[in-house]
Amino acid sequence: MRGVIRRNPRLLIGGVIVLVLLFVALAAPLISPYDPIKVDVSQNLEPPSLAHPLGTDDLGRDVLSRVIWGSRISLSVGVISVGIGFFVGVSLGLAAGYLGGLVDLLAMRAIDALLAFPALVLAISITAALGPQIQNAMIAIGIVAIPAYTRLTRGQVLSMREREFVVAARTIGATPLRVVMRHIFPNITNPLVVQATLGTAGAILAEAALSFLGLGAQPPDPSWGQDINYNARYLSNLMWWMSLGPGTAIFLAVFAFNFLGDALRDALDPRLRRAA
Amino acid sequence: MTQYILRRLLLMVPVAFLVTVIVFTLIRLSPGDPVLVFAGEERDPEALDALRHQYGLDQPMPVQFVVWLEHAVQGDLGRSLRTRQPVLEAITERLPKTIELGGTAILISITVALVVGTAAALNRNSALDLFATGFTLAGVSLPNFYLGIILILLFALALRIFPPGGYADFASEPFDNLKRLVLPAVTLATASLAVNMRQVRSSLLDVLSQEYLRTARAKGLGERAVIVGHAMKNGLIPVVTIFGLQVGAILDGAIITETIFFWPGVGRLAVDSISGRDYPVVQAIVLMSALSFMVSTLAVDILYAWLDPRISYTRRAT
Repeated sequence: MRGVIRRNPRLLIGGVIVLVLLFVALAAPLISPYDPIKVDVSQNLEPPSLAHPLGTDDLGRDVLSRVIWGSRISLSVGVISVGIGFFVGVSLGLAAGYLGGLVDLLAMRAIDALLAFPALVLAISITAALGPQIQNAMIAIGIVAIPAYTRLTRGQVLSMREREFVVAARTIGATPLRVVMRHIFPNITNPLVVQATLGTAGAILAEAALSFLGLGAQPPDPSWGQDINYNARYLSNLMWWMSLGPGTAIFLAVFAFNFLGDALRDALDPRLRRAA
Repeated sequence: MTQYILRRLLLMVPVAFLVTVIVFTLIRLSPGDPVLVFAGEERDPEALDALRHQYGLDQPMPVQFVVWLEHAVQGDLGRSLRTRQPVLEAITERLPKTIELGGTAILISITVALVVGTAAALNRNSALDLFATGFTLAGVSLPNFYLGIILILLFALALRIFPPGGYADFASEPFDNLKRLVLPAVTLATASLAVNMRQVRSSLLDVLSQEYLRTARAKGLGERAVIVGHAMKNGLIPVVTIFGLQVGAILDGAIITETIFFWPGVGRLAVDSISGRDYPVVQAIVLMSALSFMVSTLAVDILYAWLDPRISYTRRAT
């Protein structure tokens, strides 16, 4: 492990930032200096100070506290939508790749149809159709992520299914489900882990965009994307601090997962590097 | 080749059909009764039923779908619920503005990516290379609405070099039009620029170490001829794919960028229509962006097969 990290310092940097983010999200009630939704108009629109390191917004809410609590929304969207995309996408990919034939044909046409939409356009339409709520944004982002996992899994399964150990398992009478779950899946997890890490970065970015457009988290919940949109109205007064906090938070979170994903790609499978 | 193109076109038909089903279903899933929006102040149940009947909304879903598809194929995408303007007209009116913004952004992105990406690959580990790599990392992680806001704050509000947003007609005020174009175009270009620069750099690095370049140098070709005529010619084939896909997905970035900069294009129309529950408009924009994305993907594949003779296009794995 030590050797891996020394050869790959990015793994350490990305990993540490991700761990810090996780800590912030989990410990939000403990480390947040103020209640993120408590209105205090007497303290509104204050520039950064010792009492409010990132300033306050027009309702006197502490920007730092909102950024800290906002990490909960961003990270849970990351985890849940990647979970949806991973579970559905990988299952489809395993079935399509291993069973082939009609299953493969139908599954891949459905994937093609999903891929026919530009990603954000699809996420926006699904969220708009289900109703603007953070849960629906998670579902939408998860659906948009499905094709990447399906294609990746299917390709890996195709390269595995005629390998000797798989044929051997089939020969001794293992059921297709057992062959896929016990023999193929454990051998293809590396690229999937890389994809899931990079996918988390994409999901956080997508949630921020949806919330920015008013389709994700709803006020007064603290969400980075939504807060940027809400506070943008004070930009013309050069009140920059309200946008700085959430914007930097999005950047850091997306950056950390991208960085970690790239590092994992190099560490887990050097051959994948060129496919990037 | 002709056979390959025909095959791909044929394969597109079922996918395009599925796309229309998805678009139709999504819109019908949407909360809120479109008749209520359409009827304005009218709340008399009988009048509402009449309206529902008039627009075929009392028919079963599959029937509605077929009717909608029939009209859509003929270019009739209905009327906007808010302005009563034909949807197609509303979109084509704004399309040139989106193309102006998107085209400029792509042009910036491709030019800078080619120049800086090539320079970075040729001077590996130089200061420029480090800068390019750093920019790439930052560029893909920076949400474009945040970048847009930073640019507005810096260049429009603090330094007052460019206007913070809005649109001016090119025909009557060409200079103002260009001034308003700069910030949104740079914003829209940045994310794709990061991806493109990385691709140009890594594709070139891949070919730079290959034997045929040594041969080219050995036969006495100048460095310029080696790089431009030999390395770039092969190395940039994968780059074409990325560029092409970005052209197809231009609306994706334009939605956010147009919203921040009050640029009255198709992206902004989409956002306004979603918040105004103007379903026919949303439906048409989503459908058109999906179809144009499909066509550009196909164009990229064909171009790719044509550019790179190593790709066999007779039997393509799907």
